Amino acid sequence: MLAKRIIPCLDVTDGRVVKGINFLELRDAGDPVEIAKRYDDQGADELTFLDITASSDNRGLILHIIEQVASQVFIPLTVGGGVREVEDVRRLLNAGADKVSINTTAVLNPQMVADAASRFGSQCIVVAIDAKKVDNQAFEWEVFTHGGRKATGLDAVKWAEYMASLGAGELLITSMDRDGTKIGFNNPLNRAISDAVDVPIIASGGVGNLQHLVDGVKEGGADAVLAASIFHYGEYTVKQAKQYMAQHGIEVRL
Amino acid sequence: MKKIDIAVVDYGMGNLRSVSKALEHVAPTKTVLVTSNPDEIAKANRVVFPGQGAMPDCMREVDARGLREAVLYATENKPFLGICIGLQMLFEHSEEGDSAGLGLFKGNVKRFSVADMKDSNGEKLKVPHMGWNQVYQTHHNATKPSQAHALWKDIDDGARFYYVHSYYVQPDDALLTSGFSEYPNRFTSAIARNNLFAVQFHPEKSASAGLQMLSNFVNWMP
Repeated sequence: MLAKRIIPCLDVTDGRVVKGINFLELRDAGDPVEIAKRYDDQGADELTFLDITASSDNRGLILHIIEQVASQVFIPLTVGGGVREVEDVRRLLNAGADKVSINTTAVLNPQMVADAASRFGSQCIVVAIDAKKVDNQAFEWEVFTHGGRKATGLDAVKWAEYMASLGAGELLITSMDRDGTKIGFNNPLNRAISDAVDVPIIASGGVGNLQHLVDGVKEGGADAVLAASIFHYGEYTVKQAKQYMAQHGIEVRL
Repeated sequence: MKKIDIAVVDYGMGNLRSVSKALEHVAPTKTVLVTSNPDEIAKANRVVFPGQGAMPDCMREVDARGLREAVLYATENKPFLGICIGLQMLFEHSEEGDSAGLGLFKGNVKRFSVADMKDSNGEKLKVPHMGWNQVYQTHHNATKPSQAHALWKDIDDGARFYYVHSYYVQPDDALLTSGFSEYPNRFTSAIARNNLFAVQFHPEKSASAGLQMLSNFVNWMP
């Protein structure tokens, strides 16, 4: 049977991997190629690179990193961050990315998601949704853009359905309330989206221990779980995470 | 024209870099050429026929580049490896866009029906079928029925490979099947005939099992 996936996430800025707390306070976590190889050796099912480089001058650096990683690591690579047009998708795929994740641009220009999916196939288009709980009678979670700084007024669950209908092959759901907190995924949010769409969802934001990964699958209905800091700082290896999930009845690739 | 060990057929759909990088990794001394030139495909010793995206678009682009004949010739005459849509296009017909394939094999390409798919915990199974699934090998090597196919050499029965697809092939001839997976029902995920082998999963993205398969292909003497 299909295995649930574990995806280490590497936030990259100016050619280095970093990890932030609640989208702020960046700490250096190491060289991208070395980290990618280490995760591959540990049995990571995929890798996600998020380019959080602020200056557009240094955006090209991610292409070089992806080229290097793709020639040494033979598992699926997803790249996101700063993807604005179909041409950006093409450049990343040509550099060796297998999937490209689109976030802010999907909100500003939903047609770009449809265009990219029809040109390159849904299998390589991931829409990333940053959501936050809001006091709102109409809906429970709102979509935010620009690294979590801008509210959109969009219902995250409805937005997820819309993105899947435009051709997103997968959805990466990050709970901004949980990101960096280590108190676990936002399982009600993930469950609501997972039940609403037919495409796979990746749960992200808030992992602090291995039980959180299990809960993300069982309670949140996630098809894949994404985590950064628990792996970067050596708290757990990907292999330990998989063994723990297997012990708790989750199908994983060991 | 210089010697071409392995031609990767490029018909303008999707990213072929992963395939060529993985082939170069397992066969560093071989010439791997990503090409849309029918003459180069005809001349190559081995042919890899990959594919991404939607089958109707892929078929259109194969024909637009005049590649149909070169691909069909390769399927009968030299070690040939189809990957993903490169497997699906070998069949007569696909439900995707109600499109005709190359028609080398009798059978259809069908969509997973999400409505009636649940896992053992009652969870809805998603489409696309995305991620790592077990591949079970069937042993029907025509000349040596007791042996696994050469492309399964040193790969465990039930090893996991990486998939991403919404459609699967249903060959009329059950003996074509060389491997299958379950989602939740059994579907054909590898076929073999003479010099041809084709898979639904992505060996170029399947870590050590996938690299082993590509290495087996590069050394295959059918």
